[in-house]
Amino acid sequence: MKILVCISKAPDTTAKIAFTDGNTKFDEAGVQFIVNPYDEWYALVRGLELKEANGGTVTVLNVGGADSDPIIRKALAIGADDAVRIDAETTDALYVAKQIANYAKENGFDMVLSGKETIDYNGSQIGGMVAELMDVPYVSLASKLEMNGNTAIIEREIEGGVEVIEVNGPFVLSAAKGMAEARIPNMRGIMAARSKPLTVVAASDESSATVIKGFTLPPEKSGCKYVDTAEELVALLHNEAKAI
Amino acid sequence: MSVLIYADSNNGALTKNAFEAANYGAQLAQATGTDAIAVVAGTASGLEELGKYGVSKVMHVSDASLDNFDPQKIAHVVAQATSVTGADTIVFAHDYTGKSVAPRLSAKLDAGLVSGAIALPNGNVVKKAVFSGKAFAEIEITTAIKIISVLPNSVDKLEIEGSATVEAFSVDLPSTGITVKEIKKESTELSLTEADIVVSAGRGLKGPENWGMVEELAKELGAATACSRPVADIGWRPHHEHVGQTGLAIRPNLYIAAGISGAIQHLAGVNGSKVIVVINTDAEAPFFKAADYGIVGYAFEILPQMLEAIKKLKA
Repeated sequence: MKILVCISKAPDTTAKIAFTDGNTKFDEAGVQFIVNPYDEWYALVRGLELKEANGGTVTVLNVGGADSDPIIRKALAIGADDAVRIDAETTDALYVAKQIANYAKENGFDMVLSGKETIDYNGSQIGGMVAELMDVPYVSLASKLEMNGNTAIIEREIEGGVEVIEVNGPFVLSAAKGMAEARIPNMRGIMAARSKPLTVVAASDESSATVIKGFTLPPEKSGCKYVDTAEELVALLHNEAKAI
Repeated sequence: MSVLIYADSNNGALTKNAFEAANYGAQLAQATGTDAIAVVAGTASGLEELGKYGVSKVMHVSDASLDNFDPQKIAHVVAQATSVTGADTIVFAHDYTGKSVAPRLSAKLDAGLVSGAIALPNGNVVKKAVFSGKAFAEIEITTAIKIISVLPNSVDKLEIEGSATVEAFSVDLPSTGITVKEIKKESTELSLTEADIVVSAGRGLKGPENWGMVEELAKELGAATACSRPVADIGWRPHHEHVGQTGLAIRPNLYIAAGISGAIQHLAGVNGSKVIVVINTDAEAPFFKAADYGIVGYAFEILPQMLEAIKKLKA
């Protein structure tokens, strides 16, 4: 089984969010970057579990510059067999999806896994785009993935419940909570990661479809109004906030 | 030049998000002097209701094979409808369905997508929340066809007089590799992402036996119930109630958080709520910084008092 796991570089959850260049670029100064948590905790770890149970390989793929290499090494330390970085400045989701799809089509994978969204742009776009470009099914927000021979049995979140589906043939999946538990790389993994192959390939010539014009920060909350009793609170919610 | 809206249905009826997406599309159509057309896939009734939200025409693909959700087929249906209507803007709700279908359509049509829009576009520029609600981005779509998915409960509804004609629309559906085996509906309770009011509780409630007061208050308010991550992890509440970065992101009109300290990961899932009420014994709890109203006190004392006060208010 050949498994491709797409990982994205994301600022640490607790990073300070600020912008530069006239509020058009995320300020990376002093920001710690991590593997996007959903890609790491759910997609990568489930891919490794499937490999351990059924045999095969797990390749991690990142679209980005050399500054992505530390997070790629982390994925290798957790247990991926090899890594590929498509050397590109990521402009938008469609551009990145085209790079991933071109690579995946050329190299043939049984499944392409990623997290449900990145914690920076919160787009939930890449998986569906890659699936369409590869002309294969896309299972979004999956919370369980089992293989039975060549058939994948998947649970995914739908409005107000869970759906159990079967998919035959290659597919793309975005992973959500429940899929797997996070793994912490051990010293042996970290040492091994240094000698695992990380291949850098050139980006294909593709266009993007969106441009970020600028960022703004949300207005500060005017401050919490403290009250002493539940009656007072309910009255304020009714008369002032008009929320009940 | 029209605006095309994908209106999602569930169990044969249009969803709340479908009406919101329709209204967003209709406001956009009105602002740009064009028509709002909706497309509906699968068995569904009551489609003329969309007229009250500003849609002038509904294209209904009533093929029952669409009743089981398959994003590949729906993307195909919407692409066909786009081609037939010559629409240049396509609107989805940014919910489970929209997250699955809109990106597929974007790649299919090579059309730019902004997902999770929180306002009507300004020209081709669409505003959305990024960094888990800690900032906003203005994103320009540079392609001729534009796709926007609207974050539920984020754009005010506008009454638009009118009625919609419903027309049958037939599409040859592709075969796909997906087979739906089983659908497990968690419950008939109000959907957490669609609820106007959410009552949520955390470890401050001390134990699962105290959740009766959360449910009673929610029932009185017509609200959904939610919980923090630790509470779901230790099994006091089911995982589908967990709101926060790794759970569900919600943005109700009113979010009442009892006994939740407000870690940054929890805030990431609820900071889009219009009004936030925090009840916590710890006056230093970080959640108070994000709150509109706060009470320092024991959740299991305050919640029953709130229930009484609301009953009195209604009486």
